[in-house]
Amino acid sequence: MASASHAAHSHGHEPHPLVGHLVPYSTLFATGIALLFLTVITVAARYIDLGEANIYLAIGIAVVKATLVSLFFMHLRWDRPFNLMVLVGSMLFVVLMMVFCMMDVGQYKASINAGNPAKVQSYLDANAPYAPVTKK
Amino acid sequence: MSHAHSDASHDAHGHHGHGDHAKYPFLAHHFDTPNQQFESGKLGMWVFLATEVLFFGALFVMYAIMRFKNPEVFSYASNYLDTILGGVNTCVLILSSLTMAVGVRAAQTNKKGLLVTCLALTLAGAIGFLVIKYFEYSHKFHLNLKWGIAFYQPVDESDAALVKVPPEPVANPVLAIAAPNPSAGAKTDPIVPLPAVDRSAIAPPKAGPDGVATVALVEKAQEPAHLKPQAEDHLLDPVMPPNTHKFFAIYYIMTGLHGIHVLIGVGVIGWLLVMAMRGAYSSDYFTPVDLVGLYWHVVDLVWIFLFPLFYLIH
Repeated sequence: MASASHAAHSHGHEPHPLVGHLVPYSTLFATGIALLFLTVITVAARYIDLGEANIYLAIGIAVVKATLVSLFFMHLRWDRPFNLMVLVGSMLFVVLMMVFCMMDVGQYKASINAGNPAKVQSYLDANAPYAPVTKK
Repeated sequence: MSHAHSDASHDAHGHHGHGDHAKYPFLAHHFDTPNQQFESGKLGMWVFLATEVLFFGALFVMYAIMRFKNPEVFSYASNYLDTILGGVNTCVLILSSLTMAVGVRAAQTNKKGLLVTCLALTLAGAIGFLVIKYFEYSHKFHLNLKWGIAFYQPVDESDAALVKVPPEPVANPVLAIAAPNPSAGAKTDPIVPLPAVDRSAIAPPKAGPDGVATVALVEKAQEPAHLKPQAEDHLLDPVMPPNTHKFFAIYYIMTGLHGIHVLIGVGVIGWLLVMAMRGAYSSDYFTPVDLVGLYWHVVDLVWIFLFPLFYLIH
């Protein structure tokens, strides 16, 4: 597979790299332009009120941008699949940690989230008199 | 590709797999082929990058928990961040990622001049990012938009005078503002005397007015909340939610850690630039360029998530 794609992408007058994959300029610049375009989109999306969906749209665009960077700038499109597994695996563990933490936070929100703990509030009262008062 | 190459060299030279070492001076003795060396280095870099993802991942979990618990703080305090500067920084990082990727291709194709140019542009992008970040941070520090209780300290003397908490709470702020005017005669005298003991269930305002001079301040405080609150007046903003300082704590932690990564990137890209000018890299050996490129793209990736999560909260 690697040698086939090398033959397809390498140009006659350019030296062939001993190892790795040569990504054409067109692919690199197209990726860069797509990333800049998506940046404009995500800034524009800030000013549209979608309620809860705003953050999911922002994260979705960021994921698309991250995919473009990793596939084309980082050569994962042509790399050994194990490198992709390392990256995706690490991200899956982050998602796992986040899901369990958020489940925990959601579970306890009602009981302990109202107002600051007494010690924190008294510290704020003494040291930060201009801080707004936390509503119980 | 790798197997065909290594088999050929073994067959040609015949002595227990050391043929490539005579041919390639950069090949370490514990690797059989340049491809094995390249792929091993790359795998090592990817494992390091996985730890970086976990490193930042823990902070993203912290972000998610704090935003879940204080959604009003995040949507409010995000207005204090400069979207223009953040957007420019995003574009700077994306373009420097592009020049890095082009630089890898230049190294792969023996274009020393293009490689040096690309690395210099990437370095300029990294330094430019830090310069813009410096202006953002110093502006916020100047306005006391900091973490912890420092967020609630007045910016300067005049700010302290504006937000001054009276030593003793004014018992009836309305009467205190509408002070009797002696020239208007007895009609405007307060008819109801102030009670000896304030039995009102309404708590006195924390930063209540303490005289006629602050009427303008009261009027200002009664104005409808602006779409974009002014960072200079954050202590006077009546709609500032409690715990706003938490946003800035996590903002400085996450963008600061990212900034440290950019700083390290400046160092390694500068080192690459020096080595590239000395002609250290070629189509045979460009592993350092490739691996630093991977690092730099991950720095870009982290910012791609940080930018919307901090600057672009609706």
